[in-house]
Amino acid sequence: MAVRERLSGNEAVAYAIRQINPDVMPAFPITPSTEIPQYVANYIANGEIDTEFIPVESEHSSMSAAVGASAAGARTLTATSSCGLALMWEELYVAASNRLPVVLALVNRALSGPININADHSDSMGARDSGWIQIYAESNQEAYDNFLQAYPIAEHKDVMLPVMICQDGFITSHGVENILLVEDELVKEFVGEREPEHYLLNPNETLAVGPYAVSNYYMETKRGQRQAMINARRVILEVAERFRAMTGREYGFFEAYHLEDAEYAIVIIGSAAGTCKAAIDQIRNTTGKKVGLLKIRVFRPFPEEEIAAALAHVKAVAILDRSEMFSATGGPLGAEVRAALYQAKCGAEAVNYLYGLGGRDITVEDFCQVYEKLERIAAEHRITDMYEYIGLRSR
Amino acid sequence: MEAAYNFKEIMNKPERLAPGHRMCAGCGGTIAVRGVLRALHEGDRAVIGNATGCLEVSSFMYPYTAYEDSYIHNAFENAGATLSGVETAYRVLKKRGKIQEDYKFITFGGDGGTYDIGFQSLSGAMERGHDMVYVCYDNGAYMNTGTQRSSATPQFADTTTTPAGKVSNGKVQVRKDLAAIMAEHHIPYVGQTTFTNNFKDLHTKAEKAIYTPGAAFLNILSPCPRGWGYEPSELMNICRTAVDTCYWPLYEVVDGKWILSYEPKTKLPIEEFLRSQRRFRHLFKPENEELIGEFQKEVDKRWEELRTRCS
Repeated sequence: MAVRERLSGNEAVAYAIRQINPDVMPAFPITPSTEIPQYVANYIANGEIDTEFIPVESEHSSMSAAVGASAAGARTLTATSSCGLALMWEELYVAASNRLPVVLALVNRALSGPININADHSDSMGARDSGWIQIYAESNQEAYDNFLQAYPIAEHKDVMLPVMICQDGFITSHGVENILLVEDELVKEFVGEREPEHYLLNPNETLAVGPYAVSNYYMETKRGQRQAMINARRVILEVAERFRAMTGREYGFFEAYHLEDAEYAIVIIGSAAGTCKAAIDQIRNTTGKKVGLLKIRVFRPFPEEEIAAALAHVKAVAILDRSEMFSATGGPLGAEVRAALYQAKCGAEAVNYLYGLGGRDITVEDFCQVYEKLERIAAEHRITDMYEYIGLRSR
Repeated sequence: MEAAYNFKEIMNKPERLAPGHRMCAGCGGTIAVRGVLRALHEGDRAVIGNATGCLEVSSFMYPYTAYEDSYIHNAFENAGATLSGVETAYRVLKKRGKIQEDYKFITFGGDGGTYDIGFQSLSGAMERGHDMVYVCYDNGAYMNTGTQRSSATPQFADTTTTPAGKVSNGKVQVRKDLAAIMAEHHIPYVGQTTFTNNFKDLHTKAEKAIYTPGAAFLNILSPCPRGWGYEPSELMNICRTAVDTCYWPLYEVVDGKWILSYEPKTKLPIEEFLRSQRRFRHLFKPENEELIGEFQKEVDKRWEELRTRCS
């Protein structure tokens, strides 16, 4: 029987770590992810797990040590947020290009400046091209479930890529919710042991990691990473299916909420999807208008065709980004979803809005207004507020 | 632990840095690496780490590696942290019965990767006490990018970012004393060495560093023919004069005890070290005589400080 509990997102991820008992965890504290290494350190201190914790002196060193540990053959993870992820930047690329199945518990937080400790996706969106698989959560339950699926995806022989399990800072990481936990034995069986093929500490062969490879070899490395990302599409769904068989909880590339018959849709990532669902329920119950949601779970690899197919029938779609990319034309999710719609020759009007930067609240009323705008855009076939900020102060 | 040093025997050990790498003729760094790896006992396994630099780009060009042991290069500034991850993985995999074999952990970095950009990573790894040796092959500038100054560059050296010119006499600042800083981490073993005579000092210190449990740091003066401007055949003379002028004293700090490894019978004037190097050529202009005097004063001051610490 599943265990019913009430946990914060950070507690839920730490609990998953306790159940997995990975080999090595280097970490450096940063709000709002600090609790994760603290909980793990406590599990270790009380003999509940025997993971080796490395209290490194920076996030750059936490990912550097993770690269070393993973290359040595150990199942490795770390946790961070915001500037911590930014400091790891270089190492994210090293982990991915060395095909190391490191898992990173990311608690999304705005990047500086001004310094801000609250949720937005500028940290992970900035790392979207680093070669990491990125999986996002709406709730504590999803953060926990995604974390349990991380190693089976990362360590799959057709993938061998690092995985970032993302949840929204404070909203999810510190908000306490009801949660269903999987029994320890089932987790152990589901996640299994890492069985590295090539590793530094293999007594039967020596291995050299991290070469200097110039123009005659570099491009093939990238093509290999691309293939791994393509393969990850299949593996993510296979792992999700195994997870469903164990828990009954279904996961895919995204969640479609009242999308099948929707005329007006919102595409969003993360915790704000919950607020959007409340707005959908309210609109459908009071007006009967056909509004729906596509909540992205897997952003890397990007499920382009599936998203376009799921939105093929809508009249208008609003893509909501929780991070700026300063292209002066929109946000990263907007750019990729709009490209997907264009490629699929989808006729829906598509508008891109930004919301929630630095933890700015987004309300049910805000979502209702977005759906009203979509109705107007669909009727007039005209977008006048592309790239608008939702909830911006007037002064 | 310490067997009597037999030069011929040591030099005839199988090489763990295979020939075919692309380091320059007359490179001190390569000799330092070979010297350290020779101190590994035959049959003992090791994982070798490496910061980005000349050594890395010349010894592990895909698809060829010059290392007989497992090897990891990660980036420029994180050789300390990277090897601390490898060493921790070793401890946990051993604890969990996934590996049975013993391994030693040695990482190499130039002075750029060690004194400067990788300083924090080194300090963290040493403070945490990982059972590893961090070896700095100190050639006193960023040589891989073309001789830019580092905090290991001696005062007055002509580098590409501190060029000697009409109104400049080269680097303004004196060099950082990294071995002393590492000793202040209170780790079990710190050694400063280079290769002179029969390589005994280098070999003995490398062996101690590798086989002392806990964190160890070795600083090895490793001249660079391109950056310093000398004939490759002058390499050993330069190392010898660095030691005999007391510019580069040989010493070790064992469990906090400072020990001088060598005291020259006659301390040579610093010109003996400076003269054969193009980077100090401007100091020998008649009008710059006092600069050599300043250099000498700094050497004398540090030598006296070291002698006090070792007494």
